[in-house]
Amino acid sequence: MATTFTLNGHTATVDVTADTPLLWVLRDTLGLTGTKFGCGRALCGACTVHMDGEAIRSCVTPIDDVAGKKITTIEGLSADRSHPLQRAWIAADVPQCGYCQPGQIMAAAALLAEKPSPTDADIDAAMAGMLCRCGTYQRIRKAIHMAAEKGGSR
Amino acid sequence: MSARDGFTRREFLTVGAASGASLLIAMALPATARRVFAPGETPTALEPNAWLRVDPSGDVTVTVAKSEMGQGVLTSLPMIVAEELDANWGSVRYEQAIADQKYGSMGTGGSHSVRGSYQTLREAGAAARMMLVEAAAGTWNVDAASCTTHSGTVHHTPSGRSLTYGALASTAAKLPLPSKIILKDPSAFRIIGKRTLRLDTPAKVDGSGKFGIDTRVPGMLYATVVHPLPYGATLKSFDGAKALAIKGVLNVLPIETGVAVIARSTWLAFKGRDALRVMWNEGENGAASSATIAAALTEGAAREGAEGERTGDPHAAIAQAAKRVEAVYDAPFLAHATMEPMNCTADFRQGKCEIWAPTQSPQGAQQEAADALGIGKEHVTVHTTLLGGGFGRRLSADYVRDAVLCSKAAGAPVKMTWSREEDMRHDFYRPVSRHVLSGGLDAAGKLIALTHKVVAPSIGDQRRPGSLPGGLDRGALEAAVPSDYRIPNTLASFALARTPVPIGAWRSVYPSQTVFALECFIDELAEAAQKDPVDFRLALTEQNPRAHAVLRLAREKSGWDTPPPARVFRGIAFGSHAFYGSWVAHVAEVSVEGTGVRVRRVVTAIDCGTAVNPESIEAQIEGGIVYGLSAALKGEITIERGGAVQGSFDDYPLLAMDEMPRIEIHIVPSREPPEGIGEPGLPPIAPAVANAVSRATGKRVRALPIRLHA
Repeated sequence: MATTFTLNGHTATVDVTADTPLLWVLRDTLGLTGTKFGCGRALCGACTVHMDGEAIRSCVTPIDDVAGKKITTIEGLSADRSHPLQRAWIAADVPQCGYCQPGQIMAAAALLAEKPSPTDADIDAAMAGMLCRCGTYQRIRKAIHMAAEKGGSR
Repeated sequence: MSARDGFTRREFLTVGAASGASLLIAMALPATARRVFAPGETPTALEPNAWLRVDPSGDVTVTVAKSEMGQGVLTSLPMIVAEELDANWGSVRYEQAIADQKYGSMGTGGSHSVRGSYQTLREAGAAARMMLVEAAAGTWNVDAASCTTHSGTVHHTPSGRSLTYGALASTAAKLPLPSKIILKDPSAFRIIGKRTLRLDTPAKVDGSGKFGIDTRVPGMLYATVVHPLPYGATLKSFDGAKALAIKGVLNVLPIETGVAVIARSTWLAFKGRDALRVMWNEGENGAASSATIAAALTEGAAREGAEGERTGDPHAAIAQAAKRVEAVYDAPFLAHATMEPMNCTADFRQGKCEIWAPTQSPQGAQQEAADALGIGKEHVTVHTTLLGGGFGRRLSADYVRDAVLCSKAAGAPVKMTWSREEDMRHDFYRPVSRHVLSGGLDAAGKLIALTHKVVAPSIGDQRRPGSLPGGLDRGALEAAVPSDYRIPNTLASFALARTPVPIGAWRSVYPSQTVFALECFIDELAEAAQKDPVDFRLALTEQNPRAHAVLRLAREKSGWDTPPPARVFRGIAFGSHAFYGSWVAHVAEVSVEGTGVRVRRVVTAIDCGTAVNPESIEAQIEGGIVYGLSAALKGEITIERGGAVQGSFDDYPLLAMDEMPRIEIHIVPSREPPEGIGEPGLPPIAPAVANAVSRATGKRVRALPIRLHA
């Protein structure tokens, strides 16, 4: 079954069964591997992308629900790592292994779009479902504040 | 530094062959730490496993055979070379070495990469710098001693001339290695010790960094594997009809390690797995459970242990002590739970195998593939990708075996990915353990005797049953009675309690348990002696200046001697330098609300010798604390019917953003050689928190994870 949606500003059409999660369409069908598989059950946040500007877990979002929607992945957040969050992530030396970071950045970007100057409590609420095994939470918090100060929602 | 591990310096460096117009220095970095063993790895120190290349373009490339799993090794190792080379840091690049048997040991573990490579990397940078200077001096016909270097350029100040390293590279490449390599005085360092942003970060913020799971090979199929439960079970039968009815599921077949599902996408392979019915011959392990394992620990605790280190006469000293203290502590099995599940891509065709693996042991992966396929290692090429977490899990190559067997079965390249549940239930877990401690205080409250019996399964014995000399696993006694504490009568002993549950190296290995038990017990002793826990530890380290200084720094920076905020309690624990080199002290501030423990602040003092990259050191300490807090507050793998119960992050939860304490790290300034950093921050965090919780509740914590009852 063909499904058409907007991916990082371009039209994408894929022919997969309706129950295929967006995550695997991105990774296996379209070759956009920046979005990560962590658990497949929306428990870790590694697969977070934007659908019509909202952070969603692509591992539990069937492609059927994506038809006609606008999807943004880490590859589409900026063309050149210029998003204020990407700049802040580099300046705060956030990533360690880096595996969860695309999801972390996408969740943070959705937060800043909604709350341009988030408090620590806002960050806790928005990011609590985003697991990082390397322990980068303190730097993620710092980087979100840094990006917010520079007008992080763009 | 004339000899190390029996080899002289000149045998660690050579001028690279076939370097053409570039200056190439080949290095042999010493093998990974002795206490981390990768199956199939035979370390040899004389074959080059790292290279420094200066190109005519001026680019300086350091090719590293260590795996990048978050610890920043692809930045810190080049920093050491660049320092002695006087390179322009902006021109420095890294490359990940392709694994092959022709290289020396490539294993990454034991907090060993920087401390094990420091001297050799400095010498390589210095040798290259001297050769570039020699090349410039020859070009100008001046004395090399009258030339200086700065930021990738050789200067001759008397004549005002200068040449870049790039312009000199091809001339320098024709020169012999200097017979005497002169290193900088650390006071002249401008790169080592400077906060340096990681070179691998940009690719980790835009999705372009390639982890193992991101590998794509033309014509690639996808697979997943279901493994036997109970552990050690064998395949009885399987029914793949429903799986094969799914369009895009290509094959369901038994392989040596389990049952493989091969499909046109990872999702279809997972769907096929869910539709698959597999019956196992359970074997004797089907009866294993947390209860039978606890019984084995109880039985082991009642046994006399095999003696490890002994000083004085601890039993007599305890018998005669003015005050005796005894306690028993327990620590559970733990999963590594790397964020990137186990995966590997393999292409086995026409007798040759190419592998893309997130591995801490490329040569272990190579050996595993060769064994599984029955081909020589020389026909296996391993590409090390970025690792989405390692923590010791990726020293094993079981998932590589899965991948090559899938590729063999499919006759095509295959990306094999485990589900999260498979990853959680087929780990090599941190061993379960019980710790029996007793101590004696004299009339003045001084600790005069300490015994620590570790009852646990042995990683070494499980790999090679019966291999422990005299039943003693020295690894399991690491940091059980640390040499940093001066106690006149001590004994560490080990009682083996075998388990069918697979076990392996988990970030910091046995000290994650021994230090928990020991440092909680030290607090119990301090309490019995009516001493402040910091004062008590300071008294034990009076003759050990570096340990003493770390404890004092933690006391000062945490405000130990001032009252904590209302309803907040402090605890301290110390991490011995015995196995990772560094000295660490954590002060944890916790509050207890009902049965919940909240860690609000952690203050860390660390002496890791020369701090090569303070930014990465702080990150690693933060990481060790968070990994250790997940274990202290939440982590537990339980066993039923011979297998792990927990399957994902709902029943094996990790510390999250809203539970994150504020972490403050203080590094002791030092010009001593660098020490380990990936692991030392972990062991003391659980006891620091446990000691604070004990103060808050008035009831000692004696088991992990910390659970309070209403």
